Amino acid sequence: MTGTALRRARRRVDQRERLPVPALAIALLAIAFFSLPFLGLLWRAPWSKAWGVLADESVRTALRLSIECSLWATALAMLFGVPLAWLLARVDFPGRGAVRALCTLSMVLPPVVGGVALFFSFGRRGLFGQYLDRWFDFQLPFTTRGVVVAQTFVAMPFLVLTVEAALRQMDRRYEDAARTLGGSHWYVFRRVTLPTVRPALIAGAVLAWARALGEFGATITFAGNFPGRTQTMPLATYLALQSNPDEALILSLVLIAVSFAVLVGLRDRWLSATAAAMR
Amino acid sequence: MVGLIGASCGSDDKAGDTTSAASTSTAVTASPAAGQSEPAISGDVTVFAAASLTAAYTEIGDAFMAEHPDANVTFDFGASSDLVNQIDEGAPADVFASADQANMTKLIDAGANAGEPVVFATNVLQIIVEPENPKGITGVADLSRSDIVYVTCAPEVPIGKYSAQVLAAAGVTVTPASLEENVKGIVTKVTLGEADAGIVYKTDVIAAGDKAQGIDIPDAINVTASYPVVVTKAARNADAAQAFVDFVVGEQGQKILRSDGFKAP
Repeated sequence: MTGTALRRARRRVDQRERLPVPALAIALLAIAFFSLPFLGLLWRAPWSKAWGVLADESVRTALRLSIECSLWATALAMLFGVPLAWLLARVDFPGRGAVRALCTLSMVLPPVVGGVALFFSFGRRGLFGQYLDRWFDFQLPFTTRGVVVAQTFVAMPFLVLTVEAALRQMDRRYEDAARTLGGSHWYVFRRVTLPTVRPALIAGAVLAWARALGEFGATITFAGNFPGRTQTMPLATYLALQSNPDEALILSLVLIAVSFAVLVGLRDRWLSATAAAMR
Repeated sequence: MVGLIGASCGSDDKAGDTTSAASTSTAVTASPAAGQSEPAISGDVTVFAAASLTAAYTEIGDAFMAEHPDANVTFDFGASSDLVNQIDEGAPADVFASADQANMTKLIDAGANAGEPVVFATNVLQIIVEPENPKGITGVADLSRSDIVYVTCAPEVPIGKYSAQVLAAAGVTVTPASLEENVKGIVTKVTLGEADAGIVYKTDVIAAGDKAQGIDIPDAINVTASYPVVVTKAARNADAAQAFVDFVVGEQGQKILRSDGFKAP
């Protein structure tokens, strides 16, 4: 234990000595670039009003809706994303590159474009949505489930790519060994493959969740904006900017605090997943 | 007319070209609208205007630039409430045109205006529905039907406030499906078929063409929206900004506004 710590400390010292000064200066600039916007928020935040804003029913409604929808979106992303990642990582089929690009397109697409695309597919007059409406009287736009769909659409690629990378990197001999010992494919997948990629799975889920929590463009386009039904925190923040900028500042800080806490809390898992991916 | 003939003749030779250019400028200066204004209206003018002015102001901008070839007008259309905040945060607007008095007052209270605002148009409200009116909406009372998906805007946005006034005057309680960012958001949701109805300006229904249909709201419960315009205090091109405001209030601007369905102030 102490030996490891010692080695780690020595390595830290070595690295510091070898670090070129210009790189260090630029790195500090980068840190400033990321921290200044938050400092700006903290500086302008009307702290005296913070409690009043947080006690406000509509703010708590938006926060609750945000957390519920983003957790649903994360769950759906895991349910559909893990098998998809497995398919992309393990099954060699023609056009795999194109399928991967298609499934991760929403990650680079402007979210508003994603929202419009969802309209034309799952909307009441959409390619597919019109049948949902006609046959099952089931609508997605302007509903909470529409928010979940929009969030899942933009968030799932983060999970897919993270898990796919881990599946590619993992040592497949464990799976082979388990299979020679008589494990069925499904058993090996559940008891060997999934536990091995667990750090990546958690990291991917956290990334997807964070993306879902912050989702704005696709949500406001596809699901609309109504308090208690589709108005999540980012929408409430944006609209509060028009009527009550102080409230918008407090809402922004709440979102930042929640996201930051999760990223810090999962730092180790995230780092080990990255390390696994680099191996 | 004189200018046009001169230009077509001038394409024959270089000397003629110069003459025609001279005669063109004479013709323009001689026209009554531009006669009194300073000869040099030039540079960029940034106009922040209510979303409902999109079509009319774009047209007015083109006409203004045709009259002042050295000027370049660019627009930012959005909810008046949104635009006021942007100006307050330092957005580079030379002119602000609001769809209500409340947001103009907000600008004045912030001390961001130069001079007094002028009301240049009024507008009335209509119910916007899909073409052929598939849900058979005949009036405001229908909006509360459970099979109607109704969308509006937040109360800070002028159209959101006006719609609420109409519904209150009619004694109708409606739960909207969504609060859109500005009036064009309502139009889009209806023309896409995702929403069944909304209350918008009559001019928006006209601008939507055959993609939408308007249902009149009786005068007794209708609201008349007044549109004030003003030059901002931070205007970097105050002369051109004032010229644009004058143009909107002037004969040509009013003619365009009228043809798009706006009423005289």
